[in-house]
Amino acid sequence: MSGSLMMFLGFILVTLGITYWAARRSSSAGAYFAANRQIKAWQNGVAVAGDYMSAASFLGIAGLIAFFGYDGFMYSVGWLVAYLTVLLVVAEPLRNAGKYTMADVLAYRLSPRPVRAMASLSTLTVSTFYMIAQMVGAGALVALLLKSSGISFRSAVIGVGVLMIVYVVFGGMIATTWVQIIKAILLMSGTVLLSILVLAHFGFSLKDFFNAISHVTYHDPKGALITKDFLQPGLRFKPPYGALDLISLGIALIFGTAGLPHILVRFYTVPDAKTARHSVVWAMVLIGSFYIMTTFLGFGAAIIVGRDFISKNGGTNMSAPLLANALAGSVFFAFICAIAFATILAVVAGLTISASTSFAHDFYTNVIHRGVERQPGEEVKVARITAFVVGAIAITIAILLGPNANVAFLVALAFAVAASANLPVIVLSIFWKRFNTSGACWGLGIGLLSSIVLIMIGPSLMGAGKFFNHAPIFPLENPGILSVPLGFIGAWLGTMLGKEEPQAEAKWTELEVRANTGLGAEQATVAH
Amino acid sequence: MPAAPTPAKPASVSAPQGPSQWDRVAAMDEFRQLLKAKAVFVIPATVFFIVYYFLLIILVGYYPKFMDRKVLGPVNLAYLFALSQFFVSWAIAWLYVRAARGFDAHAAHILGRLGKGDK
Repeated sequence: MSGSLMMFLGFILVTLGITYWAARRSSSAGAYFAANRQIKAWQNGVAVAGDYMSAASFLGIAGLIAFFGYDGFMYSVGWLVAYLTVLLVVAEPLRNAGKYTMADVLAYRLSPRPVRAMASLSTLTVSTFYMIAQMVGAGALVALLLKSSGISFRSAVIGVGVLMIVYVVFGGMIATTWVQIIKAILLMSGTVLLSILVLAHFGFSLKDFFNAISHVTYHDPKGALITKDFLQPGLRFKPPYGALDLISLGIALIFGTAGLPHILVRFYTVPDAKTARHSVVWAMVLIGSFYIMTTFLGFGAAIIVGRDFISKNGGTNMSAPLLANALAGSVFFAFICAIAFATILAVVAGLTISASTSFAHDFYTNVIHRGVERQPGEEVKVARITAFVVGAIAITIAILLGPNANVAFLVALAFAVAASANLPVIVLSIFWKRFNTSGACWGLGIGLLSSIVLIMIGPSLMGAGKFFNHAPIFPLENPGILSVPLGFIGAWLGTMLGKEEPQAEAKWTELEVRANTGLGAEQATVAH
Repeated sequence: MPAAPTPAKPASVSAPQGPSQWDRVAAMDEFRQLLKAKAVFVIPATVFFIVYYFLLIILVGYYPKFMDRKVLGPVNLAYLFALSQFFVSWAIAWLYVRAARGFDAHAAHILGRLGKGDK
């Protein structure tokens, strides 16, 4: 395993070098939070892909397909289609109307303090759930891989946490962007190599590959040998609630991405809306190619490694690394593990910067100090302290949850919360003139509350042997089908019950012009 | 690194002349036409991708037997339909980027007129 240790250290050294380089350029707020808005389209596109393809994508989807076949591939489809919501609806108005965070768009014409306080709460909630999931994944992965070097789950989690704090505290958005870019390139190369090896295993015959998928064998818990066609839908989403759960998951996936704070902040790093648009397209090309290749990773692991072996050697999340080991031996295995580690580290850095930016910019400056930065540099200083605190909290919770916590469940929670709380208010504040402060607060509040409560009373946490030993009250794992409409209804109801805000409606014209023409949008600054 | 396209005078939110600028743009016929042109593309495209996506999800969820029909050797309808989602998404993105070139030119024209002090 010393090979993988070397590769980890290599990645860490390169990224720390970047952080050192970026730290010297990240003195101003524009540089720290938005990389001076000088990131190019392709760079931002690759960075969005890097931010997005987390442990859930690389390790999680491969595992789901390896165990449940076609149904696992549904995650791949939803996670790409989601980018059309970002491209067509959210990215350009957001770039033109905002400055550093998602809440900027909401605060544009609504009363800033309550709206920013709620938006900051939901940003911190989404980012923390997402982050804990990544840290648990990283800890489990590193601890398993480096077992021989005596690194425990706990020290692995602390190591990941400390590194991510260093990137974000010292390097800000410039360092985070370059960490994402390097990670995305590594992840894509690893996935392409792995896919080619899978195809080579079948003599580069797609026909043989798909034939093999239709006869996957494994043993059920009772020890009976089972042969299944893994292309057949329904191995995971079974009656009576499977179809509804699939639809619910689909809603959370395609509407959640456009509400993920760490993805949205990336559009502030580019000079204008046109570049934001082009960066989404770059991201879609990369992310789409990656998710198509999960076909080879997931089904490849099902056929070549097999469910039985994976269950006994680290569980579903280890499917892709075990496939690498089976195909090309321990050096390639180490390489793939190092990539998985880099993936997690980069996503955690992206999450930390969006959470700390939101706290510093939305909550500290705009809610507590009513939009006045008392001394220059205060906002950046608060963000750096927040990054440290958020990191420490995520490390603690990840250690408390332990290596066996259900990582996919936490990520799904983050998507459902983003789709239910953030998306409705973003869309309505851009497209509905009558929308007001009370609507935004109700929408964020009801979306946040309903998605979290429905998950808590659903089968992920309730049932025999689960967190609550009680039959699930809500039958679906994913709350999207109910909580997303509730978020919209809450926003609508809040608007209707609240007072009309002539000022918000007057500023509508301004927002409409600004969002559509870029007049008055934040400009790129020249770095020295 | 290409210098950011800076308009003659970047308007800041707090600039006193700001609102009048925005009102002047909002009053232009060209601006209404731009909004309409965008809506004509974005609304049908959004409706189409949402319908196309949920068609897959609903068919897979409620009609797994139908979707399991082998249509291309060992490959079934479910997989081909799922795969098509990627290409359809890319195609919509490509069409949008093409259409948006027109929107950008349109917006630049509007801002140009504003720079010349309208009429």
